[in-house]
Amino acid sequence: MSVVARERNLVAVGRAEDIPPLEGRTVTVAGRRVAVFNTEHGFRATAAFCPHRGGPLADGLVGGQSVICPLHNWRIDLDCGEVVAGGSGRVPVYPVLERDGWLYLDLGG
Amino acid sequence: MSGGAGPPGLLIVGGGIAGQSLAERARALRPQLPITILAAERRAPYDRVRLSALLAEGGDPERLRLRPDSWYEDHRVELRTGVSVAAIDRAGRAVATADGERLPYAALALATGSTALVPPIPGIDKQGVHVFRTPEDCEEILAAGRGAGRACVLGGGLLGLEAARGLVAQGVPVTVVHLMDRLMERQLDGPSAAMLARRMAELEVEVLLARDTREVVGNGRVTGLRFADGDELECDLLVVSVGIRPNVELARRAGLECERGIVVDDRLRTSDPAIWAVGECAQHRAVVYGLVAPIHEQARAAAAAIAGSACEPYAGSVPSAALKVMGVDLVAVGDAQAEGGCTVSDPGRGIYRRLVVRDGRAVGAILMGDAAGAESLQALVAAGGEVADALSALADAGRADVRDLPDEATVCSCHAVTRGAIVAAIRERGLRAPSEVHACTRAGTGCGGCRPLVARLVEAEVGDGAAEPAYLCPCRRLTREQVLAVARERGLRSASELAAACGVGRDCGACKPAVAYLVSLASHNRHEEERHARFINDRVHANIQRDGSFSVVPRIYGGVTSPAELRRIADVAEKYDVPMVKITGGQRIDLLGVRKDQLPSIWADLGMPSGFAYSKAIRTVKTCVGTEFCRFGVGDAIGLGIAMEKAWEGLHTPHKVKSAVSGCPRNCAEASVKDIGVIAVEGGWEVLVGGAAGSSVRRGDLLARAATDEEAIRVASTFLQYYRENAEYLERTYTFVERVGIEAIRAVVLDEASGEPAALRERLAIARAAVRDPWQEAVDSDEGGPFADLDESSGPALVGPPAGGARS
Ligand code: SRM
Ligand SMILES: Cc1cc2nc3c(=O)[nH]c(=O)nc-3n(C[C@H](O)[C@H](O)[C@H](O)COP(=O)(O)OP(=O)(O)OC[C@H]3O[C@@H](n4cnc5c(N)ncnc54)[C@H](O)[C@@H]3O)c2cc1C
Ligand code: SF4
Ligand code: FES
Repeated sequence: MSVVARERNLVAVGRAEDIPPLEGRTVTVAGRRVAVFNTEHGFRATAAFCPHRGGPLADGLVGGQSVICPLHNWRIDLDCGEVVAGGSGRVPVYPVLERDGWLYLDLGG
Repeated sequence: MSGGAGPPGLLIVGGGIAGQSLAERARALRPQLPITILAAERRAPYDRVRLSALLAEGGDPERLRLRPDSWYEDHRVELRTGVSVAAIDRAGRAVATADGERLPYAALALATGSTALVPPIPGIDKQGVHVFRTPEDCEEILAAGRGAGRACVLGGGLLGLEAARGLVAQGVPVTVVHLMDRLMERQLDGPSAAMLARRMAELEVEVLLARDTREVVGNGRVTGLRFADGDELECDLLVVSVGIRPNVELARRAGLECERGIVVDDRLRTSDPAIWAVGECAQHRAVVYGLVAPIHEQARAAAAAIAGSACEPYAGSVPSAALKVMGVDLVAVGDAQAEGGCTVSDPGRGIYRRLVVRDGRAVGAILMGDAAGAESLQALVAAGGEVADALSALADAGRADVRDLPDEATVCSCHAVTRGAIVAAIRERGLRAPSEVHACTRAGTGCGGCRPLVARLVEAEVGDGAAEPAYLCPCRRLTREQVLAVARERGLRSASELAAACGVGRDCGACKPAVAYLVSLASHNRHEEERHARFINDRVHANIQRDGSFSVVPRIYGGVTSPAELRRIADVAEKYDVPMVKITGGQRIDLLGVRKDQLPSIWADLGMPSGFAYSKAIRTVKTCVGTEFCRFGVGDAIGLGIAMEKAWEGLHTPHKVKSAVSGCPRNCAEASVKDIGVIAVEGGWEVLVGGAAGSSVRRGDLLARAATDEEAIRVASTFLQYYRENAEYLERTYTFVERVGIEAIRAVVLDEASGEPAALRERLAIARAAVRDPWQEAVDSDEGGPFADLDESSGPALVGPPAGGARS
């Protein structure tokens, strides 16, 4: 398994229009639960669950480039997955590509 | 795709903290150097230190990750997990993986770490015996703990105690069995160890000292321990934590000089000049460190040597160990066993502070119960500082202001972050909150022990930031009054319009629910409802639970229901297999554990209005039976309660508003501790406001006496609107009434001659008229969006890769 210079592994996950601006939705891809967000800066995707106690991130409050977990208000940066307030830790982030109204997730090699 | 393409570069064997730290530091020095990490574990480098927290709190091991996938991509570090190196061909400058792949290197760094030491006690291989080293161990221990009657931890060192405390947190009775006659004998002296043992006992960890375990008994599965003195102790889970064994086999087979660890010089070079070793596998000046801070120092020196840049040689580290057990402050620095120095101790308060001085120089310290000044003592010991008067040095350290800390004092040992680095980050990047410092410098993101100090550093730098007004939006420094003024003056009707107008809620979403409330208030509920601005509960009209499922609480006015209603609730509970049906403390019924996608059909089947149990809104009006049935009743509590609930239902409020009506001063509906409470007395009602019996308990203040039901509702409604218009968002009435004062509230709310009470009631009525039941609305609109997963709304994603190839 390697990370650098590997082939992109793009998987279609749904219609862009099904995620209204500043909201998130959960999706299951290749057995993984992923949260996809429609932020002011474009679509972002992270693992679905908060690193604190597994709160559903797609149900959080989106603003700027972060989401606030609905359970205990940890704030997570959607660009890098880092917890920036409330606690510490990280969630995996996945690149999202929007093409012809469809959203594709890059799940890595 | 495997590595190997391109010129050979730095090959790191081992993806632990050491391997990762080396990769980061080497990358910083040499932007073009090809760097590859070969990691035997099937997961990306993670923070082993926080396994203790994982054991105590549970959670996803993914949260321990040191860096997200994108980091490796961005920094062009090739990470190959699940790849184990089997042999080193020193002459050919290449390694062979267990799968037989051959990978060349220009420089090789061994960061193979260590394995938990398992003593050769008969029976130690039985089922139910675990070590504590990896997330997998952690999972197994947690799983085994669930059914365990008693767990034993073998070893009373730092790790053993943390493991024991973690198990206690899971509700498992735990005994720590230690061979030596005191806990943490390598870090503590007799008195501090005894104090620690007492503290652990208070935390429900039983400690057995001086027990030589001779056998693990049980038939295939552990059922107990047998000691040298013949005593036995029953347990069905055994966690072994007696030390570490550096992983040196690979190096030894390759002919590198090894003793306990792989022998390295002051540049972390092994006996082969092209091979380095860092971390728990390395032995430097006869010492193998089992702590993180030395690893970062080693990695820094090794990276410099590999990159060929100048750097101080590594001269060894002063170990500093902190026990990560909640409720125990304990830091041991350097050599704390030697004679000399001085001790300040207050056993009654569990405080023991000792500075060890040898030949006039500080060599160690123990701080128990009060770890103030640990960083400055650590810096003093690391510098081998001269100490003329140990007692005052110790006292000074305890009082030390963070401003007195030297720049090179280590604040975060886990990530080797100095005070200087933190202060620079605060100043240069304009950080204002400890959490921002955690995020930017990583200080505080390891064991978390340094967080209080980080907070004090921020405080010292940011100064009177704490005295700022309460901002509704701290990012843009906007108060409630400012935001409300913008909304009113410009007639804005949505959170987005307000965001566009003044930036509120643009940088982070935290304040959006408050903004959503203010637009609804300013427009008397003629606002445009925007789901994204509402907390999830208000988007799906149900209360989110700890596992992400939801609860459904239908409105039951005044707590009065009917057989038909109960039957419908029962039918719904059965039809949807609702995990729990509960009578709430608010006199109604809760259906708990419902899936998000089930919500709309449950509401449709219930055919009852929402109880708003999920929202900052009018909640319950509890009642007692009152004159209708009770022999003491002097007022119709049920009638008035239901009338109040119908008058106010569906209104959003700054925080939740709970009410109650009692039919006599016996107060069976507990109206004296409600936001709005009404109690029948001879000749009418008493209306109380600002009561509480939640996290704080407060008796409501008497707002007014009312002769009739109508008058009681009128006074209560006037107060309600006054609270709606004037309280800070998330300010309950019990703080609001106390802050504003009941006299000031009365002056407005009761002064009918001024016309203001009537105006308040009129605004309340206008807002109430616009209320629609959110459940009914969701059922009518048949909108699946917010209740469904993305793949459900979009249908099966029957599309291939995007046209135009795989770019992003
Ligand atoms: C269901 C219920 C417990 C029960 O099983 O009886 C309950 C459940 C919750 N309460 Fe409560 N409270 C319930 C009655 C109470 C009461 C008693 C009452 O209402 O008469 C109180 C004390 C009265 C008070 O509020 O002053 C009460 C004081 C709290 C508090 C502390 C408020 C405070 O500031 O003191 C919170 C936390 C908060 O609001 O921030 C809270 C928060 C919660 C939350 C909403 C926590 C949350 O945010 O997820 C719980 C939701 C559980 C769930 O998932 O459904 N709950 N809670 C009760 C629902 C009543 C209802 O029918 O609507
Ligand atoms: C529960 C717990 C709590 C702790 N708490 C603290 C604390 O509070 N403070 C503190 O300072 N320290 C603490 N420590 C110690 C700290 O975690 C270790 O010192 C540190 O993680 C060691 O890092 P390392 O990279 O040297 O070794 P490791 O973490 O052991 O990493 C070595 C990696 O190399 C891999 N590897 C080995 N051989 C090969 C091979 N041939 N090919 C490929 N890969 C290989 C291994 O699989 C492993 O992933 C704690 C440790 C534990 C277990
Ligand atoms: S007291 Fe209330 S908030 Fe606390 S656990 Fe019980 S229901 Fe939840
Ligand atoms: S689960 Fe996300 S903050 Fe607690």
